[in-house]
Amino acid sequence: MPEPLIDLQDVTKSYPGVEEPAVKSLNLAVEPGEILVLVGPSGCGKSTTLRLINRMIQPTSGRIIYEGQDVTKSDPNELRRRMGYVIQQIGLFPHRTIAENIATVPKLLKWPKKRIRERVDELLEIVSMDPSIYRDRYPSELSGGQAQRVGVARALGADPDVLLMDEPFGAIDPITRDRLQNEFLRLQAELKKTIVFVTHDIDEAVKMGDRIAILRDQSEIAQLDKPEVILTDPADEFVENFLGSGAVLKTLTLRRVRDIDLDPMVTVKQPVHRGQALAEMNTANTTTAVLLDEQDHPLRWIDERALNSSTSSLDRAGRPITVQLQPEDTLQDALSAMLQTSSGMSVVVDGRGKYLGCCTIESLAGLLLNQGNGSEHS
Amino acid sequence: MDGIVNWWDYLSSRWDLVGATLMETIIYVVTVTVSAGVLAIVTGILTRNRPFAKEMSLAIASVFLTIPSLALFTIFIPLVGLGFAPSFIALFLYAILPILRNTVTGLDSVDPSVLESARGMGLTKSQVLLQVQLPLAWPVMLAGIRVAALLTVGISAIATLVAGGGLGDFIKSGLARLPLPNSLEAIWTGVILSLALAFTIDVLLRLLGRVTTPAGVR
Ligand SMILES: Nc1ncnc2c1ncn2[C@@H]1O[C@H](COP(=O)(O)OP(=O)(O)OP(=O)(O)O)[C@@H](O)[C@H]1O
Ligand SMILES: [Mg+2]
Repeated sequence: MPEPLIDLQDVTKSYPGVEEPAVKSLNLAVEPGEILVLVGPSGCGKSTTLRLINRMIQPTSGRIIYEGQDVTKSDPNELRRRMGYVIQQIGLFPHRTIAENIATVPKLLKWPKKRIRERVDELLEIVSMDPSIYRDRYPSELSGGQAQRVGVARALGADPDVLLMDEPFGAIDPITRDRLQNEFLRLQAELKKTIVFVTHDIDEAVKMGDRIAILRDQSEIAQLDKPEVILTDPADEFVENFLGSGAVLKTLTLRRVRDIDLDPMVTVKQPVHRGQALAEMNTANTTTAVLLDEQDHPLRWIDERALNSSTSSLDRAGRPITVQLQPEDTLQDALSAMLQTSSGMSVVVDGRGKYLGCCTIESLAGLLLNQGNGSEHS
Repeated sequence: MDGIVNWWDYLSSRWDLVGATLMETIIYVVTVTVSAGVLAIVTGILTRNRPFAKEMSLAIASVFLTIPSLALFTIFIPLVGLGFAPSFIALFLYAILPILRNTVTGLDSVDPSVLESARGMGLTKSQVLLQVQLPLAWPVMLAGIRVAALLTVGISAIATLVAGGGLGDFIKSGLARLPLPNSLEAIWTGVILSLALAFTIDVLLRLLGRVTTPAGVR
């Protein structure tokens, strides 16, 4: 296990006038380069935990270690400039342009003007916003999704190693949220920041997290593990309830088409005529086959009945193949693709569109059932 | 028509006096607004995170406004004598509330998430105040300053009763000599110049507001 970048050691936070602590004796290590998601019911102490890390609030007891150093008593402003902070309401400065907003921390760190200007444009590009259009706009001129992009860009301002994100996509419509999540994951694949991400949405946690900490009251860790482990092997009833009934289905978003054994359907390759195709299918003892072109690109589903009952050319027999999967697609994509075809089957092609095999509902179901059994033994 | 011609004659024959008296009122407006502004804004800033102190200062400033103006102008005479001083003190006390009230409102109405993100990025307390809170509260604060200045124009007319000068002199002497010649003209002079001064101040401060309000929050 690598040395943690952030290490909360036995941290307790009691708010004045509240008897029960909001966070009680929490031990939490964040590894460099990971997205650690804190998820749990409302009021369980997620935000409090996050705000303890950048010392927006002072721990009542315990220690906070950052980069191997105890920062529990260091200058909090200096610490915060080294950690990006993104909140649900974003909090862009309404009286400053987008460029000025993004430049906030670099300016505090007294970067030269030219470097700041270049950094602002670079960051706008990173979050897919055209600098020439948005640089001089004001926050009131942005949509919610754009504002959150700027929020992320601003948090990345001085290239901090750490990003603390408190429900960053919580107030955004589902479609935009999905897009922002995907963009953010792509960004993270390049940037490799260490990210602590708070959400109360288990689906978002599963999607975003390298590891997930499921918290119950007072920030007590109910389970901390990789999403696939949590989904298939919940530690206790609390975690199980929190995952909800769809836990097994959620694992579909974590696994890829390449993880399942493809069904080697019989293929018939062009150029071929009707008689030959029927003969080939007969030899293989099958009633349906995939018709491929000369470059192995799948064209149509053909079956015996269709071939026998019409006299039209092969390019019009059977049904066209409209949906194709690739090995990188998630099993959730695979499931919805299969549900669109009446056969419960979908062809899988490689990056260049060449036929690899077929994915069937049965193989998917087999995988899910296996996984259910597997967790009993582990 | 006759009235206007008469009034014009009245003015033309005493430009010096009119100018000097108008100047006295302007001096009240400037000194009172600036000094009350400084006190109120500093108080508003210092008490921004102390709810009790904030309410107390607002309560005290409100009390001054409930004292009848004539009383407030006269109670300081035993201490500071007649003339400019008691008038200045009374006007100063009146002018605190509108500015303090708007400073508090302006600072309170800054979006908490903006403050959270400002702190979260490592701005110090004074950087948050100077770079975020004050610029965002300024339009509301300036509206309070405008009200205070206009209030001073109006109430300073009473200064004449404690020998404090200003445009009230014309009104008082006119009233005292009614219905003798020129008495009505004197009253008109006091009233119309007060209105013109108030209008000018209003326009100037609104212009100042336009120029100093940060783009993006206009
Ligand atoms: N400033 C505060 N003063 C007193 N109590 C507080 C304060 N902030 C939070 N709390 C309490 O601490 C507990 C944890 O709050 P916290 O905001 O960390 O929860 P959360 O997990 O982020 O919840 P949510 O999902 O609703 O955002 C709650 O019971 C809350 O009422
Ligand atoms: Mg929260």
